[in-house]
Amino acid sequence: MFSGFMVNTWAEASVMALVAGVVGFFVVLRGAAFAAHAIPQGAFTGAAGAALVGVNPLVGAGVFAFLGVGALARWSRHGRRDVVTALVLVSLLGVGALFLGLSTNYSQQAFSLLFGSPLAVSSSELVPTAALAAFCLALVVVLYRPLLLSSLAPELAAAASRHPGRAELGFLVAVGASTTMALPVVGALLVFSLMIGPPAAARHFADRPLVALGLSGGLALVTVWVAVWAAFESNWPVGFFVGSFAACWYIAGRAWASLRRAQLGGHRRQGRVGLPW
Amino acid sequence: MPAPARGAGLSPRPGTGELSAGLPPAATEAGPTQAGAIQPGRSSPPVASEAPLSVEGLTVWVAGREILHDVTFSLEAGSLTGLIGSNGAGKTTLLRAILGFQGVSAGRVRLARPVGYVPQKVVLDPDLPVRARDLVELGFDGHRLGLPWRGRPRRGQVEALLSMVEATGLADARVGALSGGEQQKVLIAHALARQPRLLLLDEPMANLDLRATREVAALLARIAKDQGVAVLLSTHDMNPLLSVMDKVVYLAGGRAASGTTDEVVQSDVLSRLYGHHVCVVRIHGRLLVSALDEHGEEGCDVVAEGDSYREARP
Repeated sequence: MFSGFMVNTWAEASVMALVAGVVGFFVVLRGAAFAAHAIPQGAFTGAAGAALVGVNPLVGAGVFAFLGVGALARWSRHGRRDVVTALVLVSLLGVGALFLGLSTNYSQQAFSLLFGSPLAVSSSELVPTAALAAFCLALVVVLYRPLLLSSLAPELAAAASRHPGRAELGFLVAVGASTTMALPVVGALLVFSLMIGPPAAARHFADRPLVALGLSGGLALVTVWVAVWAAFESNWPVGFFVGSFAACWYIAGRAWASLRRAQLGGHRRQGRVGLPW
Repeated sequence: MPAPARGAGLSPRPGTGELSAGLPPAATEAGPTQAGAIQPGRSSPPVASEAPLSVEGLTVWVAGREILHDVTFSLEAGSLTGLIGSNGAGKTTLLRAILGFQGVSAGRVRLARPVGYVPQKVVLDPDLPVRARDLVELGFDGHRLGLPWRGRPRRGQVEALLSMVEATGLADARVGALSGGEQQKVLIAHALARQPRLLLLDEPMANLDLRATREVAALLARIAKDQGVAVLLSTHDMNPLLSVMDKVVYLAGGRAASGTTDEVVQSDVLSRLYGHHVCVVRIHGRLLVSALDEHGEEGCDVVAEGDSYREARP
């Protein structure tokens, strides 16, 4: 399972998981899970449109993911954020349904776009994926402190910085780019399970933000490795394993936190639940 | 955004002696024409001798309604000022206008940057992987880009700030797991990190129990004195602050009166501010402001029950 085409799968899945875990850390901290669900639907529509006109699906996914990002950033300032996110989601999904309906090999394409086809990754996809990954990680590294501060309280960031909106826009761009690269591997519906499960669990295991960020990336890597191996062995869809493991991490994190609280006891020390790093 | 024509002679200043002190009418006359050019919080850098904050003739319209009308006051270094007003009086709007979050229709704000700010109702998730220490560190460099590489000197600075707010033991606890009063202390330490000359707090006493309210009030008074910071905090209940407040800015109906508590919190001053008759009563050292019936008699006749009830007149 490590020979030939599988090498591409391992490499692509690892890069994508690391980025999803790192970007997802801020998705969870900012309570932006719904946006992280909507943007992949835009990418799905783009990929479906690209397949229809015969362009590289990655290009279509990228273009539509950034359309979604732009719409979210522009309109959520003026209206209720969840409503705007939902409308972006359904309108993009509707167009995606149209694109799929117009194409000839409907069901097979729909399945691979929605649920991913990790065992069919070609080596030509590795370079753009690596470039997008580097871009995402660089964005998170550069914006780390403003993003952390505005995740705690947006008004604290607004008082500290002259352009508080830029961090939010940069964050959405990182979500869009990481979504675009992850789409071919795990599919539109499951991209965001990697962005939510590992970071949500990492919050419970570590008390420090940077440690939790690193741990989140690590947990996402382990999740994808185990999922690809299990999919290869069982011939079941990889998305099933990714989604299940993501939920398992979260449950483990919750259990750990409540164990630590019971163990430490006492009012003063209750604030510390993470591993003693 | 309508900017109503506003001649200095027309603007009814609710008058106390100290109220809107030191601003000759000529200075506010240019208000509407200057308004476009002057942005609060982006004004020219203040000279060190200037007041940490001065607000002149500030008028703010939000969605077709005048929220603040011709508000004028200034703060002195090392003083604690209460921004008093009931819900909807415009306290948050005034603070947002001072910070530059809210556009103004007329008037100007001069302030000394950086500004320390503690927003209203910060809800911190207990699951946030952020310790009190991390939040204070972000007070130093939360606006900077890149990953934090903080050395030992920074660690010492953070611990000094936490001990200043009497929160040393909380450094390694998650901020979300702290009580409301403890969170307020850590947020104050965060706001003080860049050594501001001006500290603004929006309802820091809201949702605190009596003991935490007293602690936070005493802490802020001590910070004002020891650090020479001008502290402005908004609250709808001035009573916990009566013993520590140097001045009040009283907001009602979009207008403000400022001065010492004795000068401002009086029946005649507040009646002019509210535009109808209100009564200030001192009971057991607490001040009570209540409206009278529109057709009620002039003056504040209080039914005396023992010696503890008397009208609040100096």
